[in-house]
Amino acid sequence: MPKKVLIVDDEPNIVISIEFLMKREGFATVVAHDGEAALEKVAAERPDLVLLDVMMPRRNGYEVCQMLRANPDYAGLRIIMLTAKGRETEVAKGLALGADAYMTKPFATKDLVAQVRKLLDPAA
Amino acid sequence: MLLQLPVIIGAAFVYLAVLFAIAYYGDKRADAGRSIISHPLVYSLSLGVYCTTWTFYGSVGRAAASGIGFLPVYLGPTLVAALWGTIMLKMLRVSKTYRITSIADLIGSRYGKSQLLAGLVSLIAVIGVVPYIALQLKAIANSFSILTAYPETLARAEPASGMIFTDSGFLITLMLAAFTIVFGTRHLDATERHEGMVAAVAFESVVKLVAFSAVGVFVTWGIYDGFDDIFRRASEVPALFALMTSRDTAATYGSWTALTLLSMSAVMFLPRQFQITVVENVDENHLRRAIWMFPAYLLAINIFVLPIAFGGLIEFGKQGTDTDMFVLTLPMSRDQQWLALLAFVGGLSAGTGMIIVETIALSTMVCNDLVMPLLLRLRMQALERRSDLTWLLLGIRRFSIVSILLLGYLYFRLAGEAYALVSIGLISFSAVAQFAPAIIGGLYWKGATRRGAVAGLMAGFIVWTYTLLLPSFARSGWLPQEFLTQGVFGIELLRPQQLFGLAGLDAITHALFWSMACNIGALIGFSLLGREDAREATQAELFVDVFKHGSGVAGPSFWRGSAQVGDLITLVGRFLGVERARRAFERYAARRGNIGVDQLRADADLVHFTETQLAGAIGSASARVMVASVVKEEALGLDEVMNILDEASQVRAYSQQLEQKSRELEQATTELRAANERLTDLDRLKDDFMSSVTHELRTPLTSIRAFSEILVDNPEMEEDQRQEFLSIITKETVRLTRLVNQVLDMAKLESGRTDWRDERTDLREVIEQAVAATSQLFKDRGAAIELVLPDELPGVMIDGDRFVQVLVNLLGNAVKFVNPGSGHVKVSLTRDDADIVVEVADNGPGILAEDQPKIFEKFRQGGDSLTGKPQGTGLGLPISRQIVEHYGGRLWVESAPEREPGARFIFRLPSSLIALEEEAA
Amino acid sequence: MTRSKLTAQRLAALFLAGWMAFNYPLLSLFNLPARVLGVPLLYVYVFAAWGLLIALTAWLVERRKD
Repeated sequence: MPKKVLIVDDEPNIVISIEFLMKREGFATVVAHDGEAALEKVAAERPDLVLLDVMMPRRNGYEVCQMLRANPDYAGLRIIMLTAKGRETEVAKGLALGADAYMTKPFATKDLVAQVRKLLDPAA
Repeated sequence: MLLQLPVIIGAAFVYLAVLFAIAYYGDKRADAGRSIISHPLVYSLSLGVYCTTWTFYGSVGRAAASGIGFLPVYLGPTLVAALWGTIMLKMLRVSKTYRITSIADLIGSRYGKSQLLAGLVSLIAVIGVVPYIALQLKAIANSFSILTAYPETLARAEPASGMIFTDSGFLITLMLAAFTIVFGTRHLDATERHEGMVAAVAFESVVKLVAFSAVGVFVTWGIYDGFDDIFRRASEVPALFALMTSRDTAATYGSWTALTLLSMSAVMFLPRQFQITVVENVDENHLRRAIWMFPAYLLAINIFVLPIAFGGLIEFGKQGTDTDMFVLTLPMSRDQQWLALLAFVGGLSAGTGMIIVETIALSTMVCNDLVMPLLLRLRMQALERRSDLTWLLLGIRRFSIVSILLLGYLYFRLAGEAYALVSIGLISFSAVAQFAPAIIGGLYWKGATRRGAVAGLMAGFIVWTYTLLLPSFARSGWLPQEFLTQGVFGIELLRPQQLFGLAGLDAITHALFWSMACNIGALIGFSLLGREDAREATQAELFVDVFKHGSGVAGPSFWRGSAQVGDLITLVGRFLGVERARRAFERYAARRGNIGVDQLRADADLVHFTETQLAGAIGSASARVMVASVVKEEALGLDEVMNILDEASQVRAYSQQLEQKSRELEQATTELRAANERLTDLDRLKDDFMSSVTHELRTPLTSIRAFSEILVDNPEMEEDQRQEFLSIITKETVRLTRLVNQVLDMAKLESGRTDWRDERTDLREVIEQAVAATSQLFKDRGAAIELVLPDELPGVMIDGDRFVQVLVNLLGNAVKFVNPGSGHVKVSLTRDDADIVVEVADNGPGILAEDQPKIFEKFRQGGDSLTGKPQGTGLGLPISRQIVEHYGGRLWVESAPEREPGARFIFRLPSSLIALEEEAA
Repeated sequence: MTRSKLTAQRLAALFLAGWMAFNYPLLSLFNLPARVLGVPLLYVYVFAAWGLLIALTAWLVERRKD
């Protein structure tokens, strides 16, 4: 069974590109366009990893991250934060809130794929 | 019958007893530290000591003779009071600072602590004021005899004959002497203040005002039927009708002006006025309020003068009655005995108040500036041996009081009959006016010297004696009448009342002119002639610049020498009493930094302190002599004093500069802090802006980079997908370009570097262009657009392209938010009050009130609260607003989604933009 | 300080105005055998001007309460 990745971003074009990349790597994908939807999708689809944008309507990425980490059911869930704001304080904040990795937009597709793989398949 | 001798004497005694009681109570309270006179009203009332029997009885007499001619004597003080905040305050400050306790001390001290000058002033004051005291005694005695002669009233009072002890005037003189001694010389005080006496004097002012007004009310409404009745009846008598205007001659106006000037100086420099205004002043603020309270008192006490005068003239006719006594005789003629008694008490209060204060003031001068200097000079050796001289000082004061009062009595008995009350008073006023040049000059002109002051005073006094005093003696028969008519030695040019042939003026104006001309001329002339010595220069500096130097202790030090602290304490002890001296030095030591008396150093400051203490008790000139006797003084040369003065003024100037600099520095600091805060604010704003810009830039870049990499990495991709991805890249690139353009646009707008190409523009064309530019968007969304444009519209001077941008923005926003398929957008252009209003209304979801301000913020996009991510940069509305505001217009949104759907974006341009030729057409 | 200096100057101006009002030639303008409400014009003028002067002084002095 392929690993499942939830892509959360309010920019449709970014979602399309990430979706393509994840499918190419053989992952199943689920999409959400805002924070609330992301939480619902996590509950419904139980993904293995979330690619989480920060600047979103209806709950930003930090809040979503915090809420996911607060729920013990999602202990194994991996979270990668994606943001256009690349300042160190924001990186630190994301990691402090429990994200496993933090990527700054625009990112190199190779790096994103590598990061996702590393988190989902540590053995590889 | 009420008005019998025992009743009248009894009333007088009871009244004096009440005065004693008030004065006693006032002193007790003062000793207990709870002053009853520390109130501006009490202060102003006590200034009412200016109103003597001259006012109480004499004004009516003067009014009966000359109509309104009695008034300048009260108008002068009213006018000059307006200047008290400047002149009197300076006198007050000088006197408090240097412990000056009399007008003689003030003048002597200013001109180098000159004993000669102080003595001269005292002499002039005594000679000049004794007739004035006599006037009071005369008025009281007159009123007494008129009252006792009731009902055979209305006769001119004759001085009592027979035994001297049955003479009411003499009895009153003795009683007043006792009163003055008890409350004026109870103890020696360095400040010479007498609170009990002031309280009594203030009370007397109330009594005389009440009594006079009571008579006035009785005459006006009791005897007659109001003011108009009195004046109507009087106008029927030709002689009285003539009094209602004054003679329109130069002499009349000249004498009016002269009296005004005379009273101005009198109200400040009469010894009793100086005593009350300056010496007895408790608080400088009281002076400030007396500026209007005192004139108000003068006005109040004068209201009924004319009605009483005319009432009396109608009642008794002009002949055969003493017009000065109408205040008494009018109530008596109508058998109002109580009222007459009240009037008598009122007159008594006016007289006693003046006598008491005047005598205290004069006795201080006589003691400090005439007797003490003589004693110190003649019997120095004998005085040296006495350790306590307070008894001597008090003895001299008491003796002076009795002597002055007896002198007044003597003058009254010998010369008083020849003149009306007012004329005697004016002679005194003229004498006191001689002090004015020396004082005013001394307070404001540093160049006034002792020689100038002595010369001026002497000249003025001699002329006064010759033109006023001697003629009054001639009138009284002490000098041959020829003195008046033919002058000295028969030289007509020297006739005392037409000096050098100056005729046509009344005696007072004539005397005032010549005495002032000589006085001022001599003061200025001699001052400019001779150089001042060091001590004078010092005093001139200290007096003229008293407000700069502050308290004397802090002033520059003009003393150099050596002394023993013990000697100084002993010296003060001899004049103030050992105990009081010890306490004064202890207080001084405490002020110098909480040290004991034995630790004091006999420096310049301590010597100055000693001298000031002594000055309060024996006058500044004598104090200087006494201090000089116990310290070894090195004389300072004039040059040295000048140097010190220069230094002092340099130090002062320097410290002013310093102050100025530190103020500037403080201001600069404040400004810097504010600027810094603004910068920090701007910085934060810029930071937010930059952060937002980067975010907005990174978003399309992310897509572009991702798809480019995908396309590169997956060459075998299907053609359809490849095409889709390429078109996304294109769209994101366009978005990026638009964003970059708008950010640059915004930056230019904000920094004011935008290039505005204003030309005559038809807004209808602008709207049509914008609609054409967005027509594809409308088509895509299936939205309808409606235009409502007027047929005629003046051209406006704007940059048309910019407004196309604005409208494209508004239309773009509108179409973005309407529901696909059912959208409707309406653009209308109207004129409201000549202003041009453009409105873009849509039928979309609308904008909540709390979101409305936000949408005009940069990078705040509408729809944050909606599910869908809006398309746009978040800069459109802020840019549009900037453009509209650049033209003095306004852009805003109106929407109330809870009531009806839709939002209306409206901008309004002021009519001033309308092109000129359009307006003309 | 400046405030009290200003008040002093205003008072000085009042002094000058009063001096004008109570001297020739202004005074002579009212020196007429006319009566106002029964009272001779000259008397009415002098007392009214006097009262006004005092009222203005009072107003100037009292309004700068500090």
